[in-house]
Amino acid sequence: MANMYAYLAGIAQSVGLVYFVGIFTCVCVYALWPSNRARFDRAASMPLNED
Amino acid sequence: MAATLPAPQLKITDLGAGIAFGALALLTLIIAGKTEYPGYAFHALVFAIASGWACFKVFDNATSRGPVAIAQEIDGKPNYNMGPVKFATIAAMFWGIAGFTVGLVIALQLAFPVFNFELPWISFGRLRPLHTSAVIFAFGGNVLIGTSFYVVQKTCRARLAGDISPWFVVLGYNLFIVIAGTGYLLGITQGKEYAEPEWYADLWLTVVWVAYLLVFLATVWKRKEPHIYVANWFYLGFIVTIAVLHLGNNATIPVSIFSPKSYIVWSGVQDAMFQWWYGHNAVGFFLTAGFLAIMYYFIPKRAERPVYSYRLSIIHFWALIFLYIWAGPHHLHYTALPDWAQTLGMTFSIMLWMPSWGGMINGLLTLSGAWDKLRTDPVLRMMVVSVAFYGMSTFEGPLMSIKAVNSLSHYTDWTIGHVHSGALGWVGYISFGAIYCLVPWLWNKKSLYSDRLVNWHFWISTLGIVLYITAMWVSGILQGLMWRAYTPLGFLEYSFIETVAAMKPFYVIRALGGGLFLAGALIMAYNLWMTVRGAPEAREAGLGDALPATR
Repeated sequence: MANMYAYLAGIAQSVGLVYFVGIFTCVCVYALWPSNRARFDRAASMPLNED
Repeated sequence: MAATLPAPQLKITDLGAGIAFGALALLTLIIAGKTEYPGYAFHALVFAIASGWACFKVFDNATSRGPVAIAQEIDGKPNYNMGPVKFATIAAMFWGIAGFTVGLVIALQLAFPVFNFELPWISFGRLRPLHTSAVIFAFGGNVLIGTSFYVVQKTCRARLAGDISPWFVVLGYNLFIVIAGTGYLLGITQGKEYAEPEWYADLWLTVVWVAYLLVFLATVWKRKEPHIYVANWFYLGFIVTIAVLHLGNNATIPVSIFSPKSYIVWSGVQDAMFQWWYGHNAVGFFLTAGFLAIMYYFIPKRAERPVYSYRLSIIHFWALIFLYIWAGPHHLHYTALPDWAQTLGMTFSIMLWMPSWGGMINGLLTLSGAWDKLRTDPVLRMMVVSVAFYGMSTFEGPLMSIKAVNSLSHYTDWTIGHVHSGALGWVGYISFGAIYCLVPWLWNKKSLYSDRLVNWHFWISTLGIVLYITAMWVSGILQGLMWRAYTPLGFLEYSFIETVAAMKPFYVIRALGGGLFLAGALIMAYNLWMTVRGAPEAREAGLGDALPATR
């Protein structure tokens, strides 16, 4: 049981860390990617579009 | 297949839905007859009547509609389905006032126990979950379902998916509310905070919630806009996570189908962890993510300004959902929960400062170039103050999750004050703002009946919130300090009843604050009622007069 705990804590502290940093990096890259600028600028005023 | 059906226009989905409702009516009728628990029999009867009515309605609609399907578009414009949104908006106002009233009653019960009237059904222990469920799930839930159905249609430029299903979601959800609320009064509860409804109500909510998810997803699926607007991401995060939380924390086995009682499969500290993983994420995804979706649609719309930074909103969304889900253990500091789990909960709570404040800044700065509207538009002011309260309570929350602070604040009224700065200030005000926007839009009115009354609502309820939260800060810190005070000989300095007596004045102030908040909501209901039925000409003339006078 103690080994199981150490094993899970080890995964959380290594794989978990890499996983979260990786996901966060991907999100930032996607959000800040220069060619997405026009799309996001248009999306920012989507609530204002009337039909 | 179609040739064998009684009416040629009866679709297979209508037939399936009708048969399912009929079967449910039959089953619940049998349960009502055979159970020995009167409260459960009453609930089964309510289910039988509701599903019998739904069965009739489905067949009646299907046969009277004729073979023509409802148009998805009229003259190139989406044929929006606003009926369920209207219903949810009215229901939100009704449950809001009911929930605020019950809150005032229990605040008075704490200050003056005579208000329990020696009646078990309205004792504090039963009314308290009625209050929390009514304001969070009934008021907040109807606001979320209503606004999400509105926003997803408008930002996808598509009619809500399904004909029966959106109505099933709205009506089914409100049936769940009725079952849950009457259950508390009758003493039917599984005793888990914010998850009190018993197994059969939970099962019903699961069905309704899956239908909600499917309606939402199917509407997004047939969107005309290529981009999925950020508010829809927040709504989707809210719907999916609430489904997962609900299933995890209500994994119960009923004693029998004829008994309202059930037992949870988790035991001991695992059960406690599940409960607060659920409980905190009810705050994070129901009361935060869902209402942030409202912020991201209604504030730009009302201010007539684009979202300040759409890129920040994307980072805000992903950071918020990935961090919130881990914060639950801070509810179990200094308990049998392993230390590392407590520290993990605390750490993630502190990290939540970043997305919370990022989102708050994004909401507030959306007003760049439109700050003058705060002077003239009390509805926009309400929503902006709501975002400010969001910033305040999401600053306070991580602070209280720090173990050293929590050792003073936990189990005291400080927690109640914190929750209400978020609930009254953030959730309440953003909801009021959204409803003030929605009602003229939905009922095709040019504006509200009176902006002056919105102003009254705003100032009266703001005063109420300030009284409420300051009273609870003082009361909570006083209570915490009295609990940990020792005499030089090492004995506890105060008995429990001495702490209660010391807190009494603050209980009275809190009830006063709650009363003001309720008064504001009543003004709002009157204003909305007059908006819906008011004559348009008179209203426009009145508005012109009222606006300059508000400052």
